[in-house]
Amino acid sequence: MALFEVKNLTKKFGGLVAVNDISFQIHEGEILGLIGPNGSGKTTTFNCINNFFPITSGDIIFKGQSIKGMKTHKICQLGIGRTFQVVKPLARLSVLDNVTAAAFCRVNSIVEARDVAHEVMEFCNLLAVKDRPAKSLPIGGRKRLEIARALATKPELLLLDETAAGLTPTEVDEAIELIKKIRENGVSILIIEHIMKVIMTMSDRIHAINFGQTIATGTPEEVANNPAVIEAYLGEDYAKG
Amino acid sequence: MKKSSITLLIVGLFLLGFPLAVHSNYYQHLLIITFIWVIIGSSWNLLAGYTGQVSFGHAIFFGVGAYTAGILVTKLGMSAWWGMLFGGFIAMAVALFVGWVCFRLRGPYFALATLAGGEIFRLIATNWEELTDGMVGILIIPTFRSKLPYYYLSLGLAAACIYAIHRIMKSKWGYYFVSIREDQDAAESLGINTTLYKNISLLVSAFFTGLAGAFYMNYMGFIDPEVVFSLHYISIMAILVGIVGGVATIMGPAVGALVMVGLQETFRSSFFGLAPAWVSQGHALVFGLLVIFVIMFLANGIVGDWEKIKRYVLRRKAFRI
Repeated sequence: MALFEVKNLTKKFGGLVAVNDISFQIHEGEILGLIGPNGSGKTTTFNCINNFFPITSGDIIFKGQSIKGMKTHKICQLGIGRTFQVVKPLARLSVLDNVTAAAFCRVNSIVEARDVAHEVMEFCNLLAVKDRPAKSLPIGGRKRLEIARALATKPELLLLDETAAGLTPTEVDEAIELIKKIRENGVSILIIEHIMKVIMTMSDRIHAINFGQTIATGTPEEVANNPAVIEAYLGEDYAKG
Repeated sequence: MKKSSITLLIVGLFLLGFPLAVHSNYYQHLLIITFIWVIIGSSWNLLAGYTGQVSFGHAIFFGVGAYTAGILVTKLGMSAWWGMLFGGFIAMAVALFVGWVCFRLRGPYFALATLAGGEIFRLIATNWEELTDGMVGILIIPTFRSKLPYYYLSLGLAAACIYAIHRIMKSKWGYYFVSIREDQDAAESLGINTTLYKNISLLVSAFFTGLAGAFYMNYMGFIDPEVVFSLHYISIMAILVGIVGGVATIMGPAVGALVMVGLQETFRSSFFGLAPAWVSQGHALVFGLLVIFVIMFLANGIVGDWEKIKRYVLRRKAFRI
């Protein structure tokens, strides 16, 4: 049985269909890439999964249980962590406090929460900046803080929204290493990414969408050679060749 | 021992010994009023400063606490001291309702809703004459003629309130409160039940404010809706105490209370009788100027910007040499 399943997900904003009848599954320990041009509905899908937006129709199932309509914080407590494309650090708090606040999701005492936070910060290479206010971090640090915070809630499934966007090439490589390490720890991952180096090397399978609809699904090679995907990204001239 | 604990010890001993050294009822009264404001300011700070839910309606909880104590006497024939037990809890019950209505709104809309809420409660207290005696107010005979019991009780309450908030801010609750302030959506996605924790913050805040109200009834012996449900003298003053002292600092509201009560009294008494009587009308103007000054130069309040103040003073001294 799949760890996580999206069934016929549809989200309409008034007359605009942002996500149209999308279905996919994530198995335990798997990394699924979600790709598509700008405005194709990737982030909307994320916002539907953790119920920032109520979904119009369809169902979302996690560990055999429907999480449709469940409160956002409940979904996190069940084991789905997420990061934001437009990072949302708790700006005036230190990095340590950011991660500690998240760690309280699983533990109640401050000593335990700090321990979890230190563990996660070491994992994400944030210990050196732990006492700095989150707002003082450069974008690379903020992206890692997003991941660290999500990890501190001890998720079984992690939703990564453009974690590598805006990073330098070195930082992108570090991000790839970090994501690999997360998977080795048994966390399944759903990742949105535009940087092909990341998505092609990391993903076990890729799900491509455009205008809210599924256009291809399969291994990275299959999807990269799919005419519909090439057309969506490069225009129909390239798709013919 | 740390420098801050030594300072705290000295201030504590000073306040404990003060009424034994200074027998003046007048100065004891001023400190009692200050302690009441320490409680209200700290409570407001928990909700607005730490949790980021700026309330313009803290008079609701102060008034409800005061009227609970008063009505226990006039309607039930009990001692007003029972108000110290019930006042806080009735204020919490009211807060549950206020939260249920106002927390549907965020940011400035929440602030406006609490502002309206405060006025609604003032009007209820004015017009529900069967219960509150309306504009006539409630008059009771205070238990003690000496100020000493009131002094130590209010000092104890203020210290307990500060300590409680200090402990809360070092716990899971505290982390959740500031997370909500910084980014409510991020907080939700980190597994924080923002609705629940905003309500917890409001309830704790209302409890202490209600307690302060009940104490006020016992101490002053007289309340009416224009006093305890006042927008200017309670709700806005609570905000001023918080802002001047330092929002989201533990000791900020205490310092703010001292400054604001001191300033208010200086003007009310026309500089202790040294200035012409019309000066007493000027306190609202001075409050306004003070807030502008604090926001422009000490955005984090006296406590929050203490280092900045120290640097400035030291630099001035260096220049003189």
